[in-house]
Amino acid sequence: MAEPGISFSQRVKTALWDSFLAGLIAFALFSLVLGLRTEDNVTGLTLQPRPMLLATAVGIVFFGRLLLNLFVWQAEHPLTASFAKLFTREPFDRRDVTVLGGTAAFAVLGIIVAMLLGAPAYALIATAVLVFVGLGLLRRAIVYAFPDLPYARIFVVAGILFALFFPLTTYALESAFHLGMPLRYWFDLSILVLTYVMLGWGLNIVVGLAGLLDLGYVAFYAVGAYTFALLATHFGLGFWICLPIAGLAAAAWGIILGFPVLRLRGDYLAIVTLAFGEIIRIVLLNWTEVTNGPNGISGIPKPTFFGLPFAPFADGTTFAQFFGLKYDALHGIIFLYYVILALALLTNLVTLRMRRLPIGRAWEAMREDEIACRSLGINTTITKLTAFATGAMFGGLAGGFFATRQGFISPESFTFIESAIILAIVVLGGMGSQLGVAIAAVVLVGGFEALRHTDGLQTFFGEGFDPALYRMLLFGIAMVGIMVWRPRGLISSRAPTIALGDARPISADLVNEGRA
Amino acid sequence: MSSSLLEIDTVTACYGRLPVLHGVSLDIKLGEIVALIGANGAGKTTTMMTIFGRPRASRGRIVFDGRDITQLPTHEIARLRIAQSPEGRRIFPRMTVMENLQMGAIIAGDPDGFDHDLDRVTTLFPVLKARADQRGGTLSGGEQQMLAIARALMGRPKLLLLDEPSLGLAPLIVKQIFAAIKELNRDGLTVFLVEQNAYHTLKLADRGYVMVNGNITLSGTGDELLARKEVRAAYLEGDTAMLKETGA
Repeated sequence: MAEPGISFSQRVKTALWDSFLAGLIAFALFSLVLGLRTEDNVTGLTLQPRPMLLATAVGIVFFGRLLLNLFVWQAEHPLTASFAKLFTREPFDRRDVTVLGGTAAFAVLGIIVAMLLGAPAYALIATAVLVFVGLGLLRRAIVYAFPDLPYARIFVVAGILFALFFPLTTYALESAFHLGMPLRYWFDLSILVLTYVMLGWGLNIVVGLAGLLDLGYVAFYAVGAYTFALLATHFGLGFWICLPIAGLAAAAWGIILGFPVLRLRGDYLAIVTLAFGEIIRIVLLNWTEVTNGPNGISGIPKPTFFGLPFAPFADGTTFAQFFGLKYDALHGIIFLYYVILALALLTNLVTLRMRRLPIGRAWEAMREDEIACRSLGINTTITKLTAFATGAMFGGLAGGFFATRQGFISPESFTFIESAIILAIVVLGGMGSQLGVAIAAVVLVGGFEALRHTDGLQTFFGEGFDPALYRMLLFGIAMVGIMVWRPRGLISSRAPTIALGDARPISADLVNEGRA
Repeated sequence: MSSSLLEIDTVTACYGRLPVLHGVSLDIKLGEIVALIGANGAGKTTTMMTIFGRPRASRGRIVFDGRDITQLPTHEIARLRIAQSPEGRRIFPRMTVMENLQMGAIIAGDPDGFDHDLDRVTTLFPVLKARADQRGGTLSGGEQQMLAIARALMGRPKLLLLDEPSLGLAPLIVKQIFAAIKELNRDGLTVFLVEQNAYHTLKLADRGYVMVNGNITLSGTGDELLARKEVRAAYLEGDTAMLKETGA
């Protein structure tokens, strides 16, 4: 916000100058990247200028910045303040009403015009704006009507209830009314999201609670998956035997990794864990006799419902026959959904319990000050190893689940990018916050998936535009955005494990900013 | 008052290859307040940290309660009920005051006695009760020092090591903390106090040692040391107001 004393013309002048500079920088940056294109001709490579594209890019930067300057940064009353107020409890003034009402009216007008012109993409954007304002107003109305409800708790309980009843309800509705919902797709996606929620929670123990930056978490995921796959395919062991063994094997590897890195912290620890992740992957790739190398392991059996297989026919009774149902491939998938939901909730429960035990509190204290911990009689060796082992165990369990769900695993599933995504979920969610990690997992994994369904975008970017190709770019932008606006993650408060008065969440301001 | 609770016997310690302590000997008897004073860089903090094994004594012996602790790992030394309020306080900034105190109580190993111990330290430092659910990092310097001492006390120590509890604090707060130390000592706690604030420390202490460049150069009762010309020249120079107050 500019100082109130400055006159309007002065402000416009500053805004224009600033936008001009930004445009100049954009021109310098884009002139080679966008302005020129090499084309492979018969005569060899030739340079093709693309002035229109360059002009568009520079124009977007110039006018975008000009608008931001005039109405947000240099403005006496930033427009964005009214939107931000939607998410606070401050009272609206007349200006806010005008801005929000104007936005809503403009959005409605936009929808109508777009519909008349037959441009559904623009209608979609206008609808999104309308929904945003509407949701904000709805939130305000609820908060206004019931100011003292424990909203965070309601949100959590509602989320868990939704997760519990979502597949059964939709399946029942579908069987009864044949609505044509893509249930198979929904369930597969939910299973994927829940797997990442579980991995995020598992890594949260190591990174969020114990403060040990682990860039090779996928190694434990891989160990779990391969342990499960090898045991299940070679020895024919069942799901409920293989799964805990997969977890234990990963925990053992957690301890093996833990020993050499006991003295390391921060950047150094990150490098060693990164290397560890790569070593595991490369061993899996090259140890052909055991792991079948790049060809992977296939034919991993699906879990059974306590001995009843989910199959159309079997030697014994199948799940469908036992319960007198008609066979449906979705039964098995719904079962998988509940297995991963249970595993994820188990991870959460164990973490929450651990935090209240001396060992869990020692993890958090170790993140704060290792030397102080030692002088308080805490064996930091044991503390670190248990953190690594516990985190690794949940990674291994998730890996075992992954193996049985996919039915096929190969080293390609366990590359560094997986570690990076899991770590990003933890960091974006807010280190140490269980709810934040869950939200981040839903948003990241769900968001990547949503990119596949943005057909409307082709209207802007031309035919053949595939937004899914840009997911890493968007991922990076999201990362930068979060680190600029919420450097401590989406949910940056932590609940105290013991309180004399009310257990209020404490915000993480002042300390631990941007530190991993 | 004759048995030694802690005995440091000609201990040499180094940081890397740089020797810091050159054969330091001192002993602390049960129920005493012993002070170690000296200038910046004399090796006071190192002496205290060597008791905890970091850095480890390369020569000499440290005996606590009749047991050689020279080679024990730090956390096991702490578990013998030696508590410290370290240099820079080292409280856990993101954890609440209660959580900090709970971390201290781990050594006591008596969850049922937690409330009793909590009562004791909050009687000593009532401000901690008012701040119980606040993050350690948001406390003022004096409150953090109180928290560091309280956290150490939660482990029911036999010996309390205090490294410069007066550092950077207002005189009124220092007075409060020193009064608390005195009270703790009256209840039977043995205290080893490292300080630059020579005057107040020696007034408080039963006995004191003066350290210069990694050597103990003087020792005696607090009043004896205060009367020594060398001590006054080195550590009380300029504090004429204080000297007048003592009538020296």
